[in-house]
Amino acid sequence: MASTVFRSLQSFPFCLHPTTLFRRKNGIFYCTIKGKHSQTATQEKQTSNVKVSSHPAIKTLDKILKDYEAIIGIETHVQLSTLTKAFCNCPYNYGSPPNTSVCPVCMGLPGALPVLNSKVIDSAIKVGLALNCKLSLNSKFDRKQYFYPDLPKGYQISQFDIPIATGGFIDLDLPVEFGGGHRRFGITRVHMEEDAGKLLHSDSGSYSQVDLNRAGVPLLEIVSEPDMRNGIEAAEYAAELQRLVRYLGVGNGNMQEGSLRCDVNISIRPIGQSQFGTKVEIKNLNSFSSVSRAIDFEISRQVQLHSQGQGDQIVQETRLWEEGAQKTVTMRKKEGLADYRYFPEPDLPGVILTDEYVKDIHNSLPELPEIKRRRYEKMGLSMQDVLFLANDINVAKYFDATIAKGADVKLAANWIMGDIAAYMKNEKLTIDEIKLTPQELAELIASIKAGTISGKIGKEILFELLAKGGTVKGIIEEKDLVQIIDPAEIEKMVDKVLLDNPKQLEQYRGGKTKLQGYFAGQVMKASKGKANPGLLNKILLEKLNAKSS
Amino acid sequence: MLSSLQPPRTLSRFPSKPIYLFRKTSLKPLSSQPITNSTLTDQSQSQTHSQILSIRHSLLCGQLTATQLVESFLTRLRQTEPHLRSFLHVSDTVLRQANELDEKIKRNEEVGPLAGVLVGVKDNICTAGMPSTGGSRILEGYQPPFDATAVRKIKELGGIVVGKTNLDEFGMGSTTEGSAFQVTANPWDVSRVPGGSSGGSAAAVSARQCVVSLGSDTGGSVRQPASFCGVVGLKPTYGRVSRFGLMAYASSLDVIGCFGSSVEDAGILLQAISGHDKLDATSSKQEVPDFTSQFISLNLLESKPLKGLRIGLIRETLDDGVDSGVNSAIRGAASHLEELGCSVSEVSLPSFSLGLPAYYILASSESSSNLSRYDGVRYGNQVTADELNALYGDSRAKGFGHEVKMRILMGTYALSAGYYDAYYKRAQQVRTIIQKSFKAALDEHDILISPAAPSAAYKIGEKKNDPLAMYAGDIMTVNVNLAGLPALVLPCGFVDGGSAGLPVGLQMIGAPFDEEKLLKVGHVFEQTLQNCRFVPPIITDDVAS
Ligand SMILES: [Zn+2]
Repeated sequence: MASTVFRSLQSFPFCLHPTTLFRRKNGIFYCTIKGKHSQTATQEKQTSNVKVSSHPAIKTLDKILKDYEAIIGIETHVQLSTLTKAFCNCPYNYGSPPNTSVCPVCMGLPGALPVLNSKVIDSAIKVGLALNCKLSLNSKFDRKQYFYPDLPKGYQISQFDIPIATGGFIDLDLPVEFGGGHRRFGITRVHMEEDAGKLLHSDSGSYSQVDLNRAGVPLLEIVSEPDMRNGIEAAEYAAELQRLVRYLGVGNGNMQEGSLRCDVNISIRPIGQSQFGTKVEIKNLNSFSSVSRAIDFEISRQVQLHSQGQGDQIVQETRLWEEGAQKTVTMRKKEGLADYRYFPEPDLPGVILTDEYVKDIHNSLPELPEIKRRRYEKMGLSMQDVLFLANDINVAKYFDATIAKGADVKLAANWIMGDIAAYMKNEKLTIDEIKLTPQELAELIASIKAGTISGKIGKEILFELLAKGGTVKGIIEEKDLVQIIDPAEIEKMVDKVLLDNPKQLEQYRGGKTKLQGYFAGQVMKASKGKANPGLLNKILLEKLNAKSS
Repeated sequence: MLSSLQPPRTLSRFPSKPIYLFRKTSLKPLSSQPITNSTLTDQSQSQTHSQILSIRHSLLCGQLTATQLVESFLTRLRQTEPHLRSFLHVSDTVLRQANELDEKIKRNEEVGPLAGVLVGVKDNICTAGMPSTGGSRILEGYQPPFDATAVRKIKELGGIVVGKTNLDEFGMGSTTEGSAFQVTANPWDVSRVPGGSSGGSAAAVSARQCVVSLGSDTGGSVRQPASFCGVVGLKPTYGRVSRFGLMAYASSLDVIGCFGSSVEDAGILLQAISGHDKLDATSSKQEVPDFTSQFISLNLLESKPLKGLRIGLIRETLDDGVDSGVNSAIRGAASHLEELGCSVSEVSLPSFSLGLPAYYILASSESSSNLSRYDGVRYGNQVTADELNALYGDSRAKGFGHEVKMRILMGTYALSAGYYDAYYKRAQQVRTIIQKSFKAALDEHDILISPAAPSAAYKIGEKKNDPLAMYAGDIMTVNVNLAGLPALVLPCGFVDGGSAGLPVGLQMIGAPFDEEKLLKVGHVFEQTLQNCRFVPPIITDDVAS
């Protein structure tokens, strides 16, 4: 029986038809490239130096660009991290060996039927609400029909004329280093659909193989209004969507694994012209920086053509972003509109939501990135701080937990963005993996503020807590680190240091006042760093400048 | 004597209410009823008994072993099959399963209510480890890794799948001539078609090659062959039986249905396969009543057993174009129902004639999509090609038959941009109108009746080159699928033809999920029908010569 399902798989484990001879056509097929871990748009752009405007061959481009505006819209596919696929009980784990997470339903065997995983609806509602959309209480699934080897049934279960959510918007703040500013981009629609499998091509190009692990994994397709005007805005839009799905916990939003995929539509027109230019689609954007750079490349390509009177060479087509060459190349020209022959999916009943159900989900939504940023802003944090803290849901949670324990907002932000972030970077840890709890960070901040320990000691304790855990109080007690604030005790130490260094004292009193630092160091050393620096200096000066008795 | 026939073992699920008496007779392989010979009823109406219950009694009383029983069927199957060609595949494990059952009975273990019952399964219904081709070249040799839910349930209750029955490719046709592999003959006259698309299942039950069988009904594919072959055919309400494992033709219309040589057998089989299935989102959560509890045996019937029942004879089904013999058989059946106490009146369904075009648009549209998966990439026949489009095109061109290609083309056309509104959308609107008109008629009547087909079985080849004539033959049945209603077809008379006449089927249409009423009425009807014996000549004649 397995021999039927995996007929040719037996001899060639991951090759469905080893004799399959369909040739690879110019660049039509491409595989997702495994890459490093995802970064946010902000982080990436800080390291990205590639700027179209710096291209040496186009000296006047900057000037020409000012006469044009780009119209950019994005279609984003977000993979939902439900336990099982959209219409069957197969789990999905990225990177599993090919065809190990398949069943009759997601392989499209004769007689198999889809049954909707209700978690997909929950996720779609969450995203729809988070994007300020209007939800369709009465939506349905449709079949989108086309032939391709990664599409087992010959149709994709999707939503056509009644998507689950429509007409929303997303708010975001551009990074300070790119000029900052608040933006609101429109959301046209959000709909549910299933993912396709993957084609793997032999090195020789003589055959292709199909991996159906991904087939049937739930996706949300989010279509934006054409509201973006440059690469940064587009990349930040995608980053905000990633932030949103991570905040909502509906997906991992990882671009390198293809859990978040962006297809960009872009056209240009001279400023003042109301008519849109010819729309070009760009695919294969595996990171936020490639979104940004591909768009900026494409804008300059189109503007150049247009400004040189070659506007007719901008044709409706799909272009591929080539990461290596840092340019877009033609993938396929559109031959009219594809007819997908949509019709309502007869195997699935309509998706009917009640107001109450939606309300329950609405009430369970977490604080969303935009609201969090506005809250942080009101706390008095700078936009740089706000963006850093709200960027990653886990960092934000850590920060929120710390201030909930009474920690000073600005100090907590400084510690997290400073020493803690540096430690995480060095040790390659996430904030969930460090041993310092928000409770202890709050305690540490409070101890320094109260003068129980010095800032210097605080730092030492911090690194100890980060690496080994434990409590601030425990370490202070264990190592006897309480700051000495008793003037008599400090005076004693000062006296001893002055007594032990008669030569230096003589030099000081002879006018070499620079030696004050030396004495202060000696006293601090004697106190094992615990002496309150202010008191120490005050007493030391008094003693140094006192008439010798 | 009665007391000695109490079943010695517990019955699990189906009550054995009717008490039949059995003579200890040696088996005559070619007799129409090898197992049951009732001493209570007239031989002339002996076809009204449940073979399933008889088998159960014989096995549990020790009158017959499962092996003997199965051998008698297999012998008949071997003798009749060269003339009928109703099976595409016959299981080679039937005897072994019978043997296991005998061992179980010997050990006094509880056996399921379908124990020892040989079931034919239409070849578009998946059976694990057994070929399931849908009658198509493109799936030649394909063996599914799973059982359809209906098949799984039958097996769980002890039923034995005897084999896979022939059909029009993927259920598309009304004659079974559309099979990629063979043409099945009608047991009443082997020069005639058995109907379709479930022709193999109907012929197999008619010729007693198996006890009951599963078919599928998208536009009449159970009911019309039941009528042509003189057996009982039951099309359940859409959603009553899980479609999981049924190769989809038109998903919104497809249902798995039952064939039996008696209403009771069809009811028992329906009982076995009904119910919600979490693998089919369109299967209903409606409670499944005990379909067999309402059966009243003949000797207990009152003089007017169906008193008060309102029957509506659908006027449009007896218009021109309906064979006069069929017409009079149906009118005879209507009088018979009146004699049983029903009030029969004519009812008009003005939208009736719209059903056929709407059906062919919707069914073709859905089929064009459902058959996309047969692309030669993962399973089934794949041609060698050096380019992707050629791989698809050639695999499908070689794998699909003429009728299937025609329907895919029609459906693709109807769903294309610019045509969708004029065809698919309009057909859906017609469907809604039809549903409403049936609802109105069923508010006024308990059951609607009509012929199951405009004519009795016609000659093989007669309509092969005239698809429109073949499609027109579906006029009696397609409306019921569009409305999703249950319908029972049972033999009610004969017209001239063949050596012994050709059977005519009466269609009874009920309200959604009211199969119970159809079965009850059908059971009374068949038991009280005089002078009709629906046993085809192929098993009463000497076919071995
Ligand atoms: Zn699966």
